[in-house]
Amino acid sequence: MRLNKIILSFVSALVILFSTSVASFAKVVGDKIILGAAISLTGKYSSNGVHTQNGYNMAVDRINSMGGVKVGGKTYKFDIIYYDDESNPKRAAQLAERLISQDGVEFMLGPYSSGLTKAIAPVTEKYGVPMVEANGASRSLFTKGYKYLFAVLAPANLYLDVAIDLAVEKNNGKPVTVAMAFEQDAFSQDVRLGVLDAIKRTGSKKVIDDKLPKELNDMAATLVKVKQMKPDVLVVSGHTKGALTAIRQIAEMKVDVPMLAMTHCDAAKLSKQHGKNSQYALCASQWHKTLTYKDNFFKDGMTYAADFEKEFGYDPPYQSAESSAALLVFKDAFERANSFDQKKVRDALAATNMQTFYGNIKFAPGGQNVDKPMVLFQVMCDASGKCENKVVAPTKWASAKLIHPVPKWSER
Amino acid sequence: MDFMVFQYPMITVQACLDGILLGILFALIAYGMALQWGVMNIINIAQGDLVILGGYIAYFMYLYGIHPAWGVIVAPVIMYFLGVLIYKLVINKVVDRDLFISILATFGISILFMQLMNFAFGADVVLANSDYGTTMLFNNNVVLPNSKLFSAFISILFAICLVIYMKKSKLGRAIRATAQNARAAKILGVDTEKVYAATFGINAALCGVAGALISITFTIHPYMGLPYTIRSFMIVIVAGLGNLPGVAMSGMGLGVFEEFADYILGTEFRIGSVFLLLVLILVYRRFKLSRKREYLK
Repeated sequence: MRLNKIILSFVSALVILFSTSVASFAKVVGDKIILGAAISLTGKYSSNGVHTQNGYNMAVDRINSMGGVKVGGKTYKFDIIYYDDESNPKRAAQLAERLISQDGVEFMLGPYSSGLTKAIAPVTEKYGVPMVEANGASRSLFTKGYKYLFAVLAPANLYLDVAIDLAVEKNNGKPVTVAMAFEQDAFSQDVRLGVLDAIKRTGSKKVIDDKLPKELNDMAATLVKVKQMKPDVLVVSGHTKGALTAIRQIAEMKVDVPMLAMTHCDAAKLSKQHGKNSQYALCASQWHKTLTYKDNFFKDGMTYAADFEKEFGYDPPYQSAESSAALLVFKDAFERANSFDQKKVRDALAATNMQTFYGNIKFAPGGQNVDKPMVLFQVMCDASGKCENKVVAPTKWASAKLIHPVPKWSER
Repeated sequence: MDFMVFQYPMITVQACLDGILLGILFALIAYGMALQWGVMNIINIAQGDLVILGGYIAYFMYLYGIHPAWGVIVAPVIMYFLGVLIYKLVINKVVDRDLFISILATFGISILFMQLMNFAFGADVVLANSDYGTTMLFNNNVVLPNSKLFSAFISILFAICLVIYMKKSKLGRAIRATAQNARAAKILGVDTEKVYAATFGINAALCGVAGALISITFTIHPYMGLPYTIRSFMIVIVAGLGNLPGVAMSGMGLGVFEEFADYILGTEFRIGSVFLLLVLILVYRRFKLSRKREYLK
C-alpha cells in the first residue's frame, strides 16, 4: 500500500511538472513568436548545421530590428528555441516531438540535410505544425503529400540536369556521353535521377554509372574507367568529400574530361583547398551572391554577403542564405494570415509568392519551391592563382562565359 | 558486375599497382596493431582514430605553411607521447584482463576520439596538398600519383627501421621477450610496465605516420577511422602475430583485393567486400581449427 502511495505521488508530481512547463512555453509569449528548430551543432553535419543556425540568427536579428512581424495590429518579434540533434535522424525526430509536445512550439524551422528533414517531417505533419525548411532538397520529401512542409530551395533532381543541357548545347545540340559517380544517400541519388531524366530527354548516353560509398576517400577506379571511356561529361555528387576527392584525384591522375560538374563545391571551398587544380569545375548551387534578386530586409545578395561576413567572419555559403530566406517566408506568411492559427498560417504559406535576396519563392502543392532555378558556377582562376566562382548558367545571371571544353592537363 | 578491369591489360596493371601501394600503407597500420596485440594481448579498436589524429597533425602543419610531408616526422613524435598517455590513463588498467574488457575500453576511446576530433577540428573533410605531381608509365596509360609512391616508400622505411630497432635495441629485445612470455620476462628483470607503455606508444606513432601519409594521399574526416581499424584487424588475422613479412604480404593482398572489388562490384561495395572477406576468413579459420581439434581428440 505504501509503495502505491509513493508511486501515485511521484506520478502526480510529474504531471504537475509537465503541465506547468507546457503552460510556461507557447507559440506566442508576450510579443514573441517562438519558433523551434533541431539543428546539427555536433556530429558529422556540424559545420553545415552552424551555417544554417547563423543564417537563421542573422534573419531573426534583421527582422526584429526592422520592425518585427505585424499580426492583428500588434508587433511581434521572432525567437528560436534550438536543440542539437547530433546529426542523428532519430534524435532529430525525438527533439521535434519535444519541441512540439513539451515546449509547445507551433511553428518549426527545418534542420540541416535531407535525411534529418525526412525524420522530422512526419512529426510536424502529425501535429499539424507548419515547417519552413531550407536544407532538405531530396525529391522524396515532396512526393509524400505533406501538407505542412515548405522548402525554400529547389529540389535535388534539379541540381545538375542543367549541366547535361549545357553540354548538349555546347555539342551543337547533339547527344553527349555521360559518366556518373554518385554517393548512395537520399540527396545524391535524387541528383542522379535528375541527371538520368536529362540524359533521356536529350537522347544522351550514360557510359559509367558508379555508386560511391559513405566512407569515400578514393575514387581512382572510377577515374581510370573515365580515362578509358572518354565521356563528354563527368558528373560527381558525394557531398564535400566527393567534391574534394574528385578534384584531387582528377588532377593527380591527369584525367581529361571536357566538362566536370559537381555538387557541394561551395561548402567544400574547392578553390581554397585545391587552388588551380579546381579550375574549370562546374558547381551546382542554390544561390550565389552575385544574383540580382532583391528584398527589403537584406537588399540583395552582395549586401547580404557583406553583412554576413561582418557578423560571422566568413563568406556566406548558400546554406546560410537559404536559411535566412526561410525566416522571411515565415514573416510574410504570418502577416498575410494575420493570425497565429496554424491552419491559416499553413494556407498563407502555401499561397506564398514573393521575391527575397535568395530568389523567388513560390511553393508547388508538394511543398518544393518551383520559382527559383539552380545556378551553375565555374571555378575560374587568374594568372596569380587566385580563384573565384563565376556564374555561367543560366545565361540570365551569367557573370562570365563558360569555358568549354576544359583544357587538357598537358596544355595547362 | 563489370569486368572491364580484365578487358584492358593497362587497367589490370593500374589496379594492381594502386592496390599494392595502398596495401603497403595498410600494412604499416596493421603492423602496429600486431605488435601491441602480440605483446599486450589488446585489440585496439581506436587504431583507426589514432590514424586520423595523425592525419590532422599533418593537416595543421600544412595549414600553417609547413609542407605536410614533415608530418611523417612530427606526427609520430606527438603520437608516441599521446600513446603513452593513453596507456597510463586507461590501458594499464585493462592490460591483464580478458580480451573483451580491452575491446570495450578501446571502443570507448575510439568514440571519445571521434567526438573530440569532431569538436576540435570540425566535421569538414580536409586534405593536405603535397604538390608532388604524377608519374606516368606505359605510354601514359598507367598513372601513379607521386603522393602514393611517397607514402609507400615512407611506410617501408619506417617498417625497416622498426624491425632493426626491435632486433638490435635493448627495448626492442625487452618487447620481444615480453611478447614471448611476460611472466618470465618480469622474473628476469624486464620492467614490463615500461615495455607495455613503450609498445602502445610505438603503435600510436606508427598510426601517426600512416595518418600523415593518408592526409597527403587521400582525405581525412573525424569519422573515417573505423575502416582503417577493420582493415588492420583483418590483415593481422590473416598474417598472424609477430610475422612482419606476413603482414606486408597480406596488406598488399588486401589492397589489391579492394581495388579489384572496386572495379568489379563497384565502389559502393569496396568497404563491404573487406567486411565480407573478414567474415569468410574467420569462418575458414574456425573451420580449420575445429578440424585440428578433432584430429587431436
